[in-house]
Amino acid sequence: MDVQIALMLAQDGLTNGAIYALLALALVLVFAVTRVIFIPQGEFVAYGALTLAMMQAGTVPATVWLLAGMGATAALIDGGLALRAGQTRRLVGVLGWNLGYPLGLAALLAALPVKDMPLAAQVLLSLAVVVPMGPLMYRLVFQPIAAAPILILLIVSVAVHVAMVGLGLLFFGAEGQRTPAFSDANLELGPLMVSGQTIWVVMSSVVLIVALYQFFERTLYGKALRATAINRAGARLMGISPSLAGKLTFFLAALIGALSGVLIAPITTIYYDTGFLIGLKGFVAAIIGGLASYPLAAVGAVLVGLLESFSSFWASAFKEVIVFTLIIPVLLWRSLTSRHVEEEE
Amino acid sequence: MTNQAKNPVLQIDRLCVSYGKVEALTNASLTVGEGQIVTVIGPNGAGKTTMLSAIMGVLGSKGTVHFDGSIEAVPEVERLVARGMNLVPEKRELFGEMSVEDNLVLGAFQRYRMGHRDHPKTLDEIYDLFPRLKERRTQLAGTLSGGERQMLAVGRALMAKPKLLMLDEPSLGLAPLIVREIFRIVTELRRRGVSILLVEQNARAALQVADYAYVLETGQIAMHGPATQLADDPRVVEAYLGLGGKHQAMLST
Repeated sequence: MDVQIALMLAQDGLTNGAIYALLALALVLVFAVTRVIFIPQGEFVAYGALTLAMMQAGTVPATVWLLAGMGATAALIDGGLALRAGQTRRLVGVLGWNLGYPLGLAALLAALPVKDMPLAAQVLLSLAVVVPMGPLMYRLVFQPIAAAPILILLIVSVAVHVAMVGLGLLFFGAEGQRTPAFSDANLELGPLMVSGQTIWVVMSSVVLIVALYQFFERTLYGKALRATAINRAGARLMGISPSLAGKLTFFLAALIGALSGVLIAPITTIYYDTGFLIGLKGFVAAIIGGLASYPLAAVGAVLVGLLESFSSFWASAFKEVIVFTLIIPVLLWRSLTSRHVEEEE
Repeated sequence: MTNQAKNPVLQIDRLCVSYGKVEALTNASLTVGEGQIVTVIGPNGAGKTTMLSAIMGVLGSKGTVHFDGSIEAVPEVERLVARGMNLVPEKRELFGEMSVEDNLVLGAFQRYRMGHRDHPKTLDEIYDLFPRLKERRTQLAGTLSGGERQMLAVGRALMAKPKLLMLDEPSLGLAPLIVREIFRIVTELRRRGVSILLVEQNARAALQVADYAYVLETGQIAMHGPATQLADDPRVVEAYLGLGGKHQAMLST
Protein backbone atom coordinates (compact mmCIF):
# COMPACT_ATOMS: atom_id res chain seq x y z
CA MET A 1 0.00 0.00 0.00
CA ASP A 2 1.36 3.38 -0.91
CA VAL A 3 0.57 6.76 0.61
CA GLN A 4 -2.03 7.59 -1.96
CA ILE A 5 -4.09 4.50 -1.26
CA ALA A 6 -3.74 5.02 2.48
CA LEU A 7 -4.99 8.59 2.11
CA MET A 8 -7.90 7.43 0.01
CA LEU A 9 -8.84 4.79 2.53
CA ALA A 10 -8.53 7.32 5.34
CA GLN A 11 -10.80 9.67 3.46
CA ASP A 12 -13.39 6.92 3.04
CA GLY A 13 -13.07 5.95 6.66
CA LEU A 14 -13.51 9.50 7.87
CA THR A 15 -16.57 10.02 5.68
CA ASN A 16 -18.27 6.91 6.95
CA GLY A 17 -16.97 7.63 10.46
CA ALA A 18 -18.71 11.02 10.39
CA ILE A 19 -22.02 9.31 9.64
CA TYR A 20 -21.43 6.66 12.31
CA ALA A 21 -20.62 9.45 14.75
CA LEU A 22 -23.98 11.10 14.14
CA LEU A 23 -25.81 7.81 14.58
CA ALA A 24 -23.78 6.95 17.69
CA LEU A 25 -24.68 10.30 19.24
CA ALA A 26 -28.35 9.68 18.52
CA LEU A 27 -28.14 6.20 20.08
CA VAL A 28 -26.44 7.54 23.21
CA LEU A 29 -29.03 10.32 23.47
CA VAL A 30 -32.02 8.02 23.06
CA PHE A 31 -30.64 5.55 25.57
CA ALA A 32 -29.78 8.22 28.12
CA VAL A 33 -33.19 9.87 28.01
CA THR A 34 -35.54 6.93 27.43
CA ARG A 35 -33.40 3.81 28.19
CA VAL A 36 -34.36 2.48 24.74
CA ILE A 37 -31.56 0.85 22.74
CA PHE A 38 -32.69 2.30 19.47
CA ILE A 39 -32.24 -0.49 16.93
CA PRO A 40 -34.51 1.20 14.32
CA GLN A 41 -32.04 4.11 14.13
CA GLY A 42 -30.67 2.65 10.90
CA GLU A 43 -34.12 2.41 9.33
CA PHE A 44 -34.40 6.18 9.49
CA VAL A 45 -31.19 6.31 7.43
CA ALA A 46 -32.69 4.05 4.76
CA TYR A 47 -36.09 5.75 4.87
CA GLY A 48 -34.49 9.19 4.50
CA ALA A 49 -32.33 8.12 1.56
CA LEU A 50 -35.01 6.11 -0.24
CA THR A 51 -37.74 8.70 0.28
CA LEU A 52 -35.47 11.19 -1.42
CA ALA A 53 -34.80 8.69 -4.22
CA MET A 54 -38.53 8.14 -4.75
CA MET A 55 -39.14 11.85 -5.00
CA GLN A 56 -36.38 12.13 -7.56
CA ALA A 57 -37.98 9.28 -9.49
CA GLY A 58 -41.14 11.35 -9.69
CA THR A 59 -43.42 9.28 -7.45
CA VAL A 60 -45.11 10.31 -4.24
CA PRO A 61 -43.00 8.52 -1.60
CA ALA A 62 -44.96 5.72 0.05
CA THR A 63 -43.48 6.70 3.41
CA VAL A 64 -45.93 9.57 3.57
CA TRP A 65 -48.75 7.03 3.87
CA LEU A 66 -46.98 5.35 6.75
CA LEU A 67 -46.71 8.77 8.36
CA ALA A 68 -50.42 9.32 7.78
CA GLY A 69 -51.25 5.92 9.25
CA MET A 70 -49.15 6.54 12.36
CA GLY A 71 -50.67 10.00 12.67
CA ALA A 72 -54.21 8.67 12.38
CA THR A 73 -53.55 6.09 15.12
CA ALA A 74 -52.05 8.72 17.39
CA ALA A 75 -54.98 11.03 16.62
CA LEU A 76 -57.42 8.29 17.65
CA ILE A 77 -55.66 7.66 20.95
CA ASP A 78 -54.78 11.22 21.93
CA GLY A 79 -57.97 12.64 20.45
CA GLY A 80 -59.99 10.19 22.52
CA LEU A 81 -58.07 11.17 25.64
CA ALA A 82 -58.54 14.88 24.96
CA LEU A 83 -62.23 14.37 24.23
CA ARG A 84 -62.78 12.45 27.45
CA ALA A 85 -60.99 15.16 29.41
CA GLY A 86 -63.08 17.79 27.62
CA GLN A 87 -60.02 19.69 26.39
CA THR A 88 -61.17 21.06 23.05
CA ARG A 89 -58.07 23.15 22.46
CA ARG A 90 -55.87 20.11 22.91
CA LEU A 91 -58.15 18.14 20.58
CA VAL A 92 -57.68 20.70 17.82
CA GLY A 93 -53.90 20.52 18.27
CA VAL A 94 -53.89 16.72 18.29
CA LEU A 95 -55.96 16.48 15.12
CA GLY A 96 -54.03 19.24 13.37
CA TRP A 97 -50.63 17.69 13.96
CA ASN A 98 -51.51 14.02 13.58
CA LEU A 99 -54.03 14.17 10.75
CA GLY A 100 -53.70 17.59 9.15
CA TYR A 101 -49.94 17.58 8.80
CA PRO A 102 -49.47 14.18 7.03
CA LEU A 103 -52.44 14.69 4.73
CA GLY A 104 -51.38 18.24 3.90
CA LEU A 105 -47.87 16.99 3.20
CA ALA A 106 -49.19 14.19 0.97
CA ALA A 107 -51.30 16.68 -0.98
CA LEU A 108 -48.29 18.96 -1.32
CA LEU A 109 -46.12 16.11 -2.61
CA ALA A 110 -48.79 15.10 -5.11
CA ALA A 111 -49.33 18.67 -6.33
CA LEU A 112 -45.78 20.00 -6.51
CA PRO A 113 -43.45 19.10 -9.37
CA VAL A 114 -41.11 17.58 -6.78
CA LYS A 115 -39.03 15.76 -9.39
CA ASP A 116 -37.88 19.01 -10.98
CA MET A 117 -37.36 20.97 -7.81
CA PRO A 118 -33.86 21.81 -6.57
CA LEU A 119 -32.11 19.16 -4.50
CA ALA A 120 -32.27 21.26 -1.32
CA ALA A 121 -36.07 21.42 -1.54
CA GLN A 122 -36.27 17.67 -2.15
CA VAL A 123 -34.07 17.02 0.87
CA LEU A 124 -36.24 19.25 3.06
CA LEU A 125 -39.39 17.48 1.86
CA SER A 126 -37.84 14.07 2.57
CA LEU A 127 -37.01 15.17 6.10
CA ALA A 128 -40.54 16.56 6.47
CA VAL A 129 -41.89 13.09 5.67
CA VAL A 130 -39.49 10.91 7.66
CA VAL A 131 -38.56 12.93 10.76
CA PRO A 132 -42.08 13.21 12.30
CA MET A 133 -42.18 9.41 12.37
CA GLY A 134 -39.71 9.61 15.26
CA PRO A 135 -41.96 11.32 17.82
CA LEU A 136 -44.96 9.36 16.51
CA MET A 137 -43.07 6.11 17.03
CA TYR A 138 -42.31 7.15 20.59
CA ARG A 139 -45.95 8.06 21.19
CA LEU A 140 -47.37 4.84 19.76
CA VAL A 141 -44.78 2.26 20.76
CA PHE A 142 -42.55 3.38 23.61
CA GLN A 143 -44.63 5.83 25.63
CA PRO A 144 -47.14 3.16 26.74
CA ILE A 145 -44.28 1.01 28.07
CA ALA A 146 -41.99 3.79 29.23
CA ALA A 147 -41.63 2.26 32.69
CA ALA A 148 -40.73 -1.21 31.44
CA PRO A 149 -37.29 -2.74 32.11
CA ILE A 150 -34.50 -2.12 29.60
CA LEU A 151 -34.74 -5.67 28.25
CA ILE A 152 -38.43 -5.28 27.34
CA LEU A 153 -37.69 -1.96 25.68
CA LEU A 154 -34.91 -3.64 23.71
CA ILE A 155 -37.17 -6.46 22.56
CA VAL A 156 -39.82 -3.99 21.43
CA SER A 157 -37.10 -1.97 19.74
CA VAL A 158 -36.02 -5.04 17.75
CA ALA A 159 -39.66 -5.66 16.81
CA VAL A 160 -40.03 -2.11 15.53
CA HIS A 161 -36.85 -2.56 13.51
CA VAL A 162 -38.14 -5.77 11.89
CA ALA A 163 -41.47 -4.13 11.10
CA MET A 164 -39.78 -1.10 9.57
CA VAL A 165 -37.51 -3.23 7.39
CA GLY A 166 -40.54 -5.16 6.14
CA LEU A 167 -42.44 -1.96 5.41
CA GLY A 168 -39.31 -0.65 3.71
CA LEU A 169 -39.34 -3.57 1.30
CA LEU A 170 -43.00 -2.89 0.62
CA PHE A 171 -42.47 0.84 0.04
CA PHE A 172 -39.20 0.91 -1.85
CA GLY A 173 -38.91 -2.56 -3.39
CA ALA A 174 -35.81 -4.71 -3.38
CA GLU A 175 -33.88 -2.42 -5.74
CA GLY A 176 -31.04 -0.32 -4.38
CA GLN A 177 -30.97 3.40 -5.01
CA ARG A 178 -28.28 6.01 -5.32
CA THR A 179 -29.06 9.71 -5.42
CA PRO A 180 -27.02 12.38 -7.26
CA ALA A 181 -24.24 14.07 -5.32
CA PHE A 182 -24.86 17.40 -3.60
CA SER A 183 -21.99 18.89 -5.54
CA ASP A 184 -19.80 17.70 -8.40
CA ALA A 185 -16.84 19.74 -7.24
CA ASN A 186 -13.61 17.93 -6.51
CA LEU A 187 -10.86 19.25 -4.35
CA GLU A 188 -7.27 18.34 -5.04
CA LEU A 189 -5.15 18.13 -1.90
CA GLY A 190 -1.69 17.10 -2.99
CA PRO A 191 -1.96 13.50 -4.14
CA LEU A 192 -5.50 13.23 -2.82
CA MET A 193 -8.75 13.87 -4.66
CA VAL A 194 -11.46 14.84 -2.20
CA SER A 195 -14.96 14.58 -3.62
CA GLY A 196 -17.54 17.26 -3.00
CA GLN A 197 -19.86 14.79 -1.33
CA THR A 198 -17.18 13.83 1.19
CA ILE A 199 -16.81 17.46 2.16
CA TRP A 200 -20.59 17.75 2.44
CA VAL A 201 -20.81 14.73 4.71
CA VAL A 202 -17.98 15.74 7.01
CA MET A 203 -19.01 19.40 7.19
CA SER A 204 -22.68 18.55 7.79
CA SER A 205 -21.72 16.17 10.58
CA VAL A 206 -19.55 18.78 12.23
CA VAL A 207 -22.24 21.45 11.91
CA LEU A 208 -24.90 19.11 13.27
CA ILE A 209 -22.72 18.06 16.21
CA VAL A 210 -21.97 21.69 17.07
CA ALA A 211 -25.68 22.55 16.75
CA LEU A 212 -26.62 19.68 19.05
CA TYR A 213 -24.00 20.79 21.55
CA GLN A 214 -25.41 24.30 21.51
CA PHE A 215 -28.92 22.92 21.91
CA PHE A 216 -27.96 20.91 24.99
CA GLU A 217 -25.83 23.63 26.55
CA ARG A 218 -27.79 26.78 25.80
CA THR A 219 -31.50 26.08 25.47
CA LEU A 220 -33.87 25.19 28.28
CA TYR A 221 -35.35 22.32 26.28
CA GLY A 222 -31.89 20.89 25.68
CA LYS A 223 -31.09 21.21 29.37
CA ALA A 224 -34.40 19.54 30.16
CA LEU A 225 -33.36 16.52 28.08
CA ARG A 226 -30.01 16.35 29.86
CA ALA A 227 -31.76 16.66 33.19
CA THR A 228 -34.08 13.79 32.30
CA ALA A 229 -31.07 11.67 31.38
CA ILE A 230 -29.32 12.50 34.66
CA ASN A 231 -32.26 12.18 37.03
CA ARG A 232 -35.65 11.15 35.72
CA ALA A 233 -37.46 11.58 39.04
CA GLY A 234 -35.99 15.03 39.58
CA ALA A 235 -36.87 16.14 36.06
CA ARG A 236 -40.43 14.98 36.50
CA LEU A 237 -40.80 17.13 39.61
CA MET A 238 -39.77 20.14 37.52
CA GLY A 239 -42.72 19.40 35.25
CA ILE A 240 -40.53 17.93 32.50
CA SER A 241 -42.80 15.11 31.45
CA PRO A 242 -41.12 11.88 30.36
CA SER A 243 -43.34 11.74 27.28
CA LEU A 244 -42.32 15.22 26.16
CA ALA A 245 -38.65 14.33 26.68
CA GLY A 246 -39.16 11.05 24.83
CA LYS A 247 -40.84 12.64 21.82
CA LEU A 248 -38.22 15.36 21.60
CA THR A 249 -35.44 12.77 21.79
CA PHE A 250 -37.00 10.60 19.10
CA PHE A 251 -37.47 13.68 16.95
CA LEU A 252 -33.74 14.39 17.18
CA ALA A 253 -32.84 10.74 16.54
CA ALA A 254 -35.09 10.59 13.48
CA LEU A 255 -33.68 13.89 12.20
CA ILE A 256 -30.11 12.64 12.61
CA GLY A 257 -30.98 9.32 10.96
CA ALA A 258 -32.83 10.75 7.98
CA LEU A 259 -30.20 13.42 7.42
CA SER A 260 -27.44 10.80 7.52
CA GLY A 261 -29.33 8.79 4.93
CA VAL A 262 -29.69 11.77 2.64
CA LEU A 263 -25.97 12.51 3.05
CA ILE A 264 -24.64 9.04 2.24
CA ALA A 265 -27.13 8.12 -0.48
CA PRO A 266 -24.84 9.60 -3.16
CA ILE A 267 -21.85 7.61 -1.81
CA THR A 268 -23.27 4.12 -1.27
CA THR A 269 -26.19 2.35 -2.80
CA ILE A 270 -28.95 2.17 -0.22
CA TYR A 271 -31.31 -0.80 -0.07
CA TYR A 272 -34.40 -1.06 2.11
CA ASP A 273 -32.38 -3.01 4.69
CA THR A 274 -29.04 -1.20 4.44
CA GLY A 275 -29.89 0.96 7.41
CA PHE A 276 -29.51 -1.87 9.88
CA LEU A 277 -25.83 -2.44 9.14
CA ILE A 278 -25.07 1.27 9.20
CA GLY A 279 -26.99 1.62 12.45
CA LEU A 280 -25.11 -1.30 13.98
CA LYS A 281 -21.79 0.36 13.23
CA GLY A 282 -23.07 3.46 14.97
CA PHE A 283 -24.02 1.14 17.80
CA VAL A 284 -20.48 -0.27 18.04
CA ALA A 285 -19.25 3.32 18.33
CA ALA A 286 -21.87 4.09 20.98
CA ILE A 287 -20.74 1.02 22.93
CA ILE A 288 -17.16 2.30 22.81
CA GLY A 289 -18.58 5.36 24.56
CA GLY A 290 -20.31 3.08 27.06
CA LEU A 291 -23.71 4.29 25.76
CA ALA A 292 -23.06 7.31 27.95
CA SER A 293 -20.18 9.44 26.68
CA TYR A 294 -20.78 11.57 23.60
CA PRO A 295 -17.12 12.43 22.88
CA LEU A 296 -15.99 8.81 23.29
CA ALA A 297 -18.80 7.66 21.01
CA ALA A 298 -17.74 10.16 18.35
CA VAL A 299 -14.10 9.07 18.58
CA GLY A 300 -15.23 5.45 18.47
CA ALA A 301 -17.25 6.18 15.33
CA VAL A 302 -14.23 7.55 13.49
CA LEU A 303 -12.27 4.51 14.63
CA VAL A 304 -14.99 2.19 13.30
CA GLY A 305 -15.02 4.07 9.99
CA LEU A 306 -11.25 3.85 9.56
CA LEU A 307 -11.11 0.22 10.61
CA GLU A 308 -13.84 -0.57 8.13
CA SER A 309 -12.19 1.11 5.17
CA PHE A 310 -8.70 -0.29 5.85
CA SER A 311 -10.00 -3.79 6.44
CA SER A 312 -11.94 -3.58 3.18
CA PHE A 313 -8.58 -3.05 1.48
CA TRP A 314 -6.68 -5.83 3.28
CA ALA A 315 -9.40 -8.37 3.83
CA SER A 316 -12.48 -7.17 2.08
CA ALA A 317 -14.37 -10.43 2.61
CA PHE A 318 -13.99 -10.02 6.36
CA LYS A 319 -14.60 -6.29 6.58
CA GLU A 320 -17.86 -6.55 8.58
CA VAL A 321 -16.47 -9.33 10.75
CA ILE A 322 -13.47 -7.25 11.69
CA VAL A 323 -15.58 -4.20 12.54
CA PHE A 324 -18.01 -6.12 14.70
CA THR A 325 -15.25 -8.12 16.36
CA LEU A 326 -13.92 -4.80 17.60
CA ILE A 327 -16.77 -4.79 20.08
CA ILE A 328 -15.33 -7.76 21.98
CA PRO A 329 -12.08 -6.17 23.19
CA VAL A 330 -14.03 -2.97 23.85
CA LEU A 331 -16.56 -4.80 26.01
CA LEU A 332 -13.76 -6.62 27.82
CA TRP A 333 -11.96 -3.37 28.48
CA ARG A 334 -15.16 -1.69 29.65
CA SER A 335 -16.18 -4.50 31.94
CA LEU A 336 -12.73 -4.51 33.51
CA THR A 337 -12.45 -0.76 33.97
CA SER A 338 -15.94 0.43 34.80
CA ARG A 339 -17.90 -0.43 37.88
CA HIS A 340 -21.10 -2.34 37.31
CA VAL A 341 -24.25 -0.30 37.67
CA GLU A 342 -27.46 -2.05 38.58
CA GLU A 343 -30.47 -1.04 36.58
CA GLU A 344 -32.79 1.19 38.55
CA GLU A 345 -36.24 -0.24 38.79
CA MET B 1 -61.29 20.23 65.27
CA THR B 2 -59.83 20.84 61.87
CA ASN B 3 -57.47 23.35 60.41
CA GLN B 4 -59.90 26.18 59.77
CA ALA B 5 -57.74 28.22 57.47
CA LYS B 6 -59.56 31.04 55.71
CA ASN B 7 -58.36 30.26 52.20
CA PRO B 8 -57.29 26.68 51.85
CA VAL B 9 -54.64 26.27 49.16
CA LEU B 10 -54.50 22.52 49.55
CA GLN B 11 -57.19 20.28 50.89
CA ILE B 12 -56.85 16.54 50.73
CA ASP B 13 -59.72 14.34 51.70
CA ARG B 14 -59.53 10.65 52.63
CA LEU B 15 -56.44 10.02 50.57
CA CYS B 16 -55.47 6.35 50.35
CA VAL B 17 -52.38 4.81 48.81
CA SER B 18 -51.58 1.15 48.66
CA TYR B 19 -48.56 -0.77 47.48
CA GLY B 20 -50.15 -3.99 46.25
CA LYS B 21 -52.19 -5.21 49.19
CA VAL B 22 -50.38 -3.14 51.77
CA GLU B 23 -52.07 0.13 52.54
CA ALA B 24 -49.42 2.76 53.13
CA LEU B 25 -51.78 5.65 53.65
CA THR B 26 -55.34 5.35 54.93
CA ASN B 27 -57.96 8.09 54.76
CA ALA B 28 -55.57 10.94 55.29
CA SER B 29 -57.22 14.34 55.28
CA LEU B 30 -55.46 17.63 55.79
CA THR B 31 -55.69 21.30 54.93
CA VAL B 32 -53.05 23.91 54.21
CA GLY B 33 -54.28 27.48 54.34
CA GLU B 34 -52.87 30.35 52.33
CA GLY B 35 -49.68 31.66 53.88
CA GLN B 36 -49.60 28.88 56.45
CA ILE B 37 -46.84 26.53 57.42
CA VAL B 38 -48.43 23.18 58.08
CA THR B 39 -46.27 20.36 59.31
CA VAL B 40 -46.72 16.62 59.26
CA ILE B 41 -44.63 14.82 61.85
CA GLY B 42 -44.38 11.15 62.55
CA PRO B 43 -41.95 8.29 62.85
CA ASN B 44 -39.95 6.78 60.04
CA GLY B 45 -42.14 4.70 57.74
CA ALA B 46 -45.40 6.31 58.81
CA GLY B 47 -46.25 7.20 55.22
CA LYS B 48 -45.20 10.85 55.16
CA THR B 49 -43.24 10.64 51.92
CA THR B 50 -45.96 8.45 50.41
CA MET B 51 -48.50 11.13 51.19
CA LEU B 52 -46.49 13.87 49.51
CA SER B 53 -45.85 11.70 46.46
CA ALA B 54 -49.57 10.96 46.16
CA ILE B 55 -50.53 14.63 46.45
CA MET B 56 -47.99 15.48 43.76
CA GLY B 57 -49.30 12.74 41.47
CA VAL B 58 -46.06 10.77 41.46
CA LEU B 59 -47.92 7.88 43.08
CA GLY B 60 -51.43 6.76 42.25
CA SER B 61 -54.01 7.29 44.99
CA LYS B 62 -57.68 7.24 45.88
CA GLY B 63 -59.45 10.17 47.48
CA THR B 64 -59.60 13.81 46.49
CA VAL B 65 -56.97 16.46 46.18
CA HIS B 66 -58.24 20.01 46.09
CA PHE B 67 -55.62 22.50 45.01
CA ASP B 68 -55.97 26.24 44.60
CA GLY B 69 -59.66 26.23 43.86
CA SER B 70 -60.10 23.13 41.75
CA ILE B 71 -60.28 19.40 42.26
CA GLU B 72 -57.53 17.24 40.83
CA ALA B 73 -59.40 14.05 39.96
CA VAL B 74 -56.17 12.35 38.94
CA PRO B 75 -53.23 14.38 40.23
CA GLU B 76 -50.72 14.76 37.42
CA VAL B 77 -47.24 16.08 38.14
CA GLU B 78 -46.80 18.33 35.10
CA ARG B 79 -50.21 19.92 35.56
CA LEU B 80 -49.71 20.52 39.26
CA VAL B 81 -46.28 22.05 38.73
CA ALA B 82 -47.84 24.31 36.10
CA ARG B 83 -50.54 25.30 38.59
CA GLY B 84 -48.07 26.19 41.32
CA MET B 85 -47.40 23.11 43.44
CA ASN B 86 -43.83 22.03 44.02
CA LEU B 87 -42.20 19.24 45.96
CA VAL B 88 -38.68 19.22 47.33
CA PRO B 89 -38.15 15.50 47.78
CA GLU B 90 -36.26 13.89 50.58
CA LYS B 91 -33.50 12.72 48.25
CA ARG B 92 -33.25 16.25 46.73
CA GLU B 93 -33.07 14.68 43.24
CA LEU B 94 -30.65 17.29 41.91
CA PHE B 95 -29.03 17.11 38.49
CA GLY B 96 -25.59 16.25 39.81
CA GLU B 97 -23.65 16.62 36.57
CA MET B 98 -25.11 20.04 35.80
CA SER B 99 -24.13 23.42 37.20
CA VAL B 100 -25.94 25.03 40.11
CA GLU B 101 -27.34 27.66 37.77
CA ASP B 102 -28.60 25.09 35.25
CA ASN B 103 -30.31 23.22 38.08
CA LEU B 104 -32.03 26.42 39.15
CA VAL B 105 -33.06 27.44 35.64
CA LEU B 106 -34.63 24.01 35.10
CA GLY B 107 -36.89 24.76 38.04
CA ALA B 108 -38.55 27.32 35.78
CA PHE B 109 -39.05 24.84 32.93
CA GLN B 110 -42.81 24.54 33.25
CA ARG B 111 -43.26 28.34 33.49
CA TYR B 112 -41.01 28.76 30.46
CA ARG B 113 -43.06 26.24 28.56
CA MET B 114 -46.22 28.16 29.30
CA GLY B 115 -44.68 31.33 27.92
CA HIS B 116 -43.42 33.05 31.09
CA ARG B 117 -39.88 33.95 30.14
CA ASP B 118 -39.04 35.74 33.39
CA HIS B 119 -36.58 33.23 34.81
CA PRO B 120 -33.50 35.52 34.78
CA LYS B 121 -35.31 37.83 37.22
CA THR B 122 -36.48 34.95 39.40
CA LEU B 123 -32.91 33.67 39.40
CA ASP B 124 -31.69 36.94 40.92
CA GLU B 125 -34.35 36.67 43.63
CA ILE B 126 -33.21 33.15 44.47
CA TYR B 127 -29.59 34.31 44.62
CA ASP B 128 -30.68 37.04 47.06
CA LEU B 129 -32.30 34.41 49.24
CA PHE B 130 -29.34 32.02 49.00
CA PRO B 131 -26.15 34.07 48.46
CA ARG B 132 -24.19 30.84 48.84
CA LEU B 133 -25.73 29.46 45.66
CA LYS B 134 -24.65 32.58 43.79
CA GLU B 135 -21.05 31.97 44.84
CA ARG B 136 -21.31 28.42 43.54
CA ARG B 137 -23.32 29.12 40.42
CA THR B 138 -20.86 27.49 38.00
CA GLN B 139 -20.02 24.55 40.25
CA LEU B 140 -21.56 21.14 39.50
CA ALA B 141 -24.47 20.34 41.80
CA GLY B 142 -22.93 16.97 42.64
CA THR B 143 -19.95 18.67 44.30
CA LEU B 144 -21.97 20.71 46.79
CA SER B 145 -22.09 20.08 50.55
CA GLY B 146 -25.23 18.65 52.13
CA GLY B 147 -26.54 22.02 53.24
CA GLU B 148 -25.86 23.63 49.88
CA ARG B 149 -27.62 20.77 48.12
CA GLN B 150 -30.69 21.34 50.24
CA MET B 151 -30.57 25.06 49.49
CA LEU B 152 -30.28 24.27 45.80
CA ALA B 153 -33.23 21.86 45.95
CA VAL B 154 -35.38 24.51 47.66
CA GLY B 155 -34.13 27.24 45.33
CA ARG B 156 -34.84 25.12 42.29
CA ALA B 157 -38.42 24.53 43.45
CA LEU B 158 -38.86 28.25 44.12
CA MET B 159 -37.86 29.04 40.53
CA ALA B 160 -41.31 27.74 39.60
CA LYS B 161 -42.86 30.49 41.78
CA PRO B 162 -45.02 28.00 43.67
CA LYS B 163 -48.14 28.80 45.63
CA LEU B 164 -47.59 25.68 47.68
CA LEU B 165 -44.17 24.33 48.50
CA MET B 166 -43.96 20.84 49.95
CA LEU B 167 -40.75 20.01 51.76
CA ASP B 168 -39.89 16.41 52.57
CA GLU B 169 -37.48 16.17 55.51
CA PRO B 170 -35.53 19.30 54.63
CA SER B 171 -33.35 18.97 57.74
CA LEU B 172 -32.43 15.33 57.21
CA GLY B 173 -28.72 14.70 57.59
CA LEU B 174 -27.81 18.35 58.02
CA ALA B 175 -25.70 19.96 60.74
CA PRO B 176 -27.71 21.87 63.40
CA LEU B 177 -26.47 25.24 62.19
CA ILE B 178 -27.68 24.52 58.67
CA VAL B 179 -30.98 23.15 59.96
CA ARG B 180 -31.55 26.49 61.66
CA GLU B 181 -30.75 28.28 58.41
CA ILE B 182 -33.20 26.10 56.47
CA PHE B 183 -35.98 26.77 58.97
CA ARG B 184 -35.20 30.49 58.89
CA ILE B 185 -35.72 30.37 55.14
CA VAL B 186 -38.97 28.43 55.54
CA THR B 187 -40.40 31.20 57.74
CA GLU B 188 -39.07 33.81 55.34
CA LEU B 189 -40.96 32.08 52.53
CA ARG B 190 -44.18 32.21 54.50
CA ARG B 191 -43.61 35.97 54.93
CA ARG B 192 -43.41 36.16 51.14
CA GLY B 193 -46.79 34.46 50.83
CA VAL B 194 -45.77 30.91 49.95
CA SER B 195 -47.85 28.25 51.69
CA ILE B 196 -45.78 25.41 53.01
CA LEU B 197 -46.42 21.77 53.79
CA LEU B 198 -43.49 20.59 55.84
CA VAL B 199 -42.85 16.94 56.52
CA GLU B 200 -40.33 16.43 59.30
CA GLN B 201 -38.87 13.93 61.67
CA ASN B 202 -37.29 16.77 63.54
CA ALA B 203 -40.59 17.44 65.33
CA ARG B 204 -39.22 20.05 67.68
CA ALA B 205 -37.97 22.35 64.95
CA ALA B 206 -41.05 21.75 62.80
CA LEU B 207 -43.51 22.55 65.57
CA GLN B 208 -41.62 25.74 66.35
CA VAL B 209 -42.17 27.24 62.91
CA ALA B 210 -45.51 25.68 61.95
CA ASP B 211 -48.98 27.16 62.36
CA TYR B 212 -50.76 23.85 62.31
CA ALA B 213 -49.56 20.29 62.71
CA TYR B 214 -50.61 16.76 61.94
CA VAL B 215 -49.19 13.57 63.42
CA LEU B 216 -49.04 10.68 60.99
CA GLU B 217 -48.68 7.19 62.43
CA THR B 218 -48.81 3.92 60.44
CA GLY B 219 -50.51 5.60 57.52
CA GLN B 220 -53.17 7.42 59.48
CA ILE B 221 -53.55 10.90 60.90
CA ALA B 222 -53.38 10.18 64.62
CA MET B 223 -53.59 13.73 65.96
CA HIS B 224 -53.76 17.26 64.70
CA GLY B 225 -54.12 20.77 66.01
CA PRO B 226 -52.45 24.15 66.13
CA ALA B 227 -48.71 23.62 66.38
CA THR B 228 -48.31 25.32 69.77
CA GLN B 229 -51.08 23.15 71.20
CA LEU B 230 -49.59 19.96 69.82
CA ALA B 231 -46.16 20.88 71.15
CA ASP B 232 -47.67 20.81 74.64
CA ASP B 233 -49.62 17.60 74.17
CA PRO B 234 -48.15 14.98 76.51
CA ARG B 235 -48.45 12.22 73.89
CA VAL B 236 -46.56 14.25 71.32
CA VAL B 237 -43.98 15.24 73.89
CA GLU B 238 -43.44 11.65 74.87
CA ALA B 239 -43.29 10.19 71.39
CA TYR B 240 -41.65 12.93 69.34
CA LEU B 241 -40.01 15.56 71.49
CA GLY B 242 -38.45 12.95 73.71
CA LEU B 243 -35.70 13.46 76.25
CA GLY B 244 -34.44 16.98 76.47
CA GLY B 245 -37.89 18.36 75.69
CA LYS B 246 -38.95 20.95 78.24
CA HIS B 247 -41.73 18.78 79.66
CA GLN B 248 -39.51 15.80 79.93
CA ALA B 249 -36.96 17.97 81.66
CA MET B 250 -39.56 19.20 84.14
CA LEU B 251 -40.78 15.69 84.84
CA SER B 252 -37.35 14.40 85.60
CA THR B 253 -36.52 17.14 88.11
